[in-house]
Formats: sequence, C-alpha cells, structure tokens
Amino acid sequence: MHDLTPTPALGVEARTIGSVTITENSGVALASVAARRGESDVCANGLKALLGAVPEVGRAVLHDPEAGFWMGPDQWMIGAPMATHEDLADQLKVRFGTAASVTEQSGAWVVFDVTGDSMPDLCELLCNIAIRKMKAGDVQRTVIHQLGCFVIRRASDDHIRILGPRAAAGSLHHALVTAAKSIAQAPGTAEGRPVA
Amino acid sequence: MIIDHPLLGPRDSSEFTYMGDAALIDRPDPEAEDAAQAFYEYAYLRDNPAGWHRELWFHEAGDRSWLVVTRNTLTHEISNVELARDVARSRGRSA
Repeated sequence: MHDLTPTPALGVEARTIGSVTITENSGVALASVAARRGESDVCANGLKALLGAVPEVGRAVLHDPEAGFWMGPDQWMIGAPMATHEDLADQLKVRFGTAASVTEQSGAWVVFDVTGDSMPDLCELLCNIAIRKMKAGDVQRTVIHQLGCFVIRRASDDHIRILGPRAAAGSLHHALVTAAKSIAQAPGTAEGRPVA
Repeated sequence: MIIDHPLLGPRDSSEFTYMGDAALIDRPDPEAEDAAQAFYEYAYLRDNPAGWHRELWFHEAGDRSWLVVTRNTLTHEISNVELARDVARSRGRSA
C-alpha cells in the first residue's frame, strides 16, 4: 500500500506573522446537504442523528467526528476529518437518500485556520463581520478580498476557520498574509494593539 | 442602506445584489392561450414607481437567499423584508 497524502490546495507552510498564525488545513473533508422540496423535517432528523443537533441559523454544531454548520435556508455544510471521511459525500448520500441533495465540497474549498491574539484585528481588516460579538460556533458567510468565504469562530477564543474558494486559495492566502503583516507593522501599536 | 434580513438580522446593503421587480416571481403559465403576450409583458414591461416598490434582492455575500424587499424608491425606507421562498409559496409556487 502506498502511504498517500491528500493534495492540498496550496501546500504552504504555516506562517506566523506578529501574533497571528495562518495555517492551511487540508485535513477537512466537506460535503453539503440541501433539503429537497418538502423534506426539511426528514433532513433535520438526519442531521440530529448525525451531529446531535440541527445547526441553527448562523451557527455550527462542533461535534466529532462530523461537524456541521448552517449555510442557508434548508442547507448545511458537513465537515469531518479527511483521514477517515474522504468519502463523506457518499456516506451522507446513504444517510439522507432522496430527502436531500448531497454535494461533495472538499474539492471546492480551501480551509485556513487563523489563530493568535490579533485574530480579531485581522478579521476586522478583511471582512464585514462583527468578529468580537461572535461566540464559539458562530458562522457567517462574508466576502474577503472579493471572495465569498465562510468564517467560523472555533472553540478557542483566538481561533477562526476560514473556508474560501479553493481555486482562489493563493489569492485568499495572500490577503490573509497581507493583513497580518499590516497589523504587525502598524505604527504606534505593538502587534496591532494600542500601546497603553 | 441596511436590509433587515429575516433570518440573519440587519445587514449592509453592499452584501446584496438587486435582482429586479418582485413581480418576476409570478411567472406566467407557458401552457396558457395568451402565453406569448404574457411572457412579453413578463420579460420586458416594468412599472417604475416613485414610492413603494416590491423588489428582489439576492444576499450574494451572505446566505445566498433571495429576499422580497419593500422599499420606498424616493426615501430608501424599507418597510418589509421577506424570504422570496415564502412569498412564492404563499402564492402556490414551489410548494
């Protein structure tokens, strides 16, 4: 057996700039579930069985191994570790049958984890969401660098996960790095924080 | 301008794209006798009211839902925002 590793969108090393670390996460398998007409309740039950709860509007259910978040009315994104769930879409199709349209999404998104004390500053430079008001598990779709992205506030306070279009992974990474540099080099501040 | 999204709450209008008159929801019956005339009117003729107007907005930089926004074209005041899905279903479409 070959010991193959999944091909990442970029394959870049994690970068720490100032107090922000930007890491490409190629370990997430993704698939979307969209309820077909009149099947919302069936899908809700399926999600409850899978995740323990149905993700509410603008929220994620952070659950192992599968996690999920609300994308839009009757639409959810499911994520799971790539190592064990590379065929996530097939697994979900078996579970939901004709109640939902399931689409493989691993090949559509690049996942970046942004961590560090200046994460909220970086987020505020990049997109139009109230990051400091968001709690763990809050998810918003927004625009970063002209790219439609999901921003997920993870369990730890200084961690966001950004899902962006995989075909524009390089542009999105460039935007994140540029914003991090801008914060690290902002005059009169240390790591983007006002000097007390 | 702020659009009060029925699910997500107040969001900046820059996140949305204007998609035209909400009358577009009422697509004519293609099987009807007068389908050609009805589709001509549906496709080309628009009211251009100075005042209250029901229009479609697409939340492109958000949850991608379509909304029916009732907006005053003179003042930009918005009196009502509904999911276009709910409006269509209330008229027997997409039930």
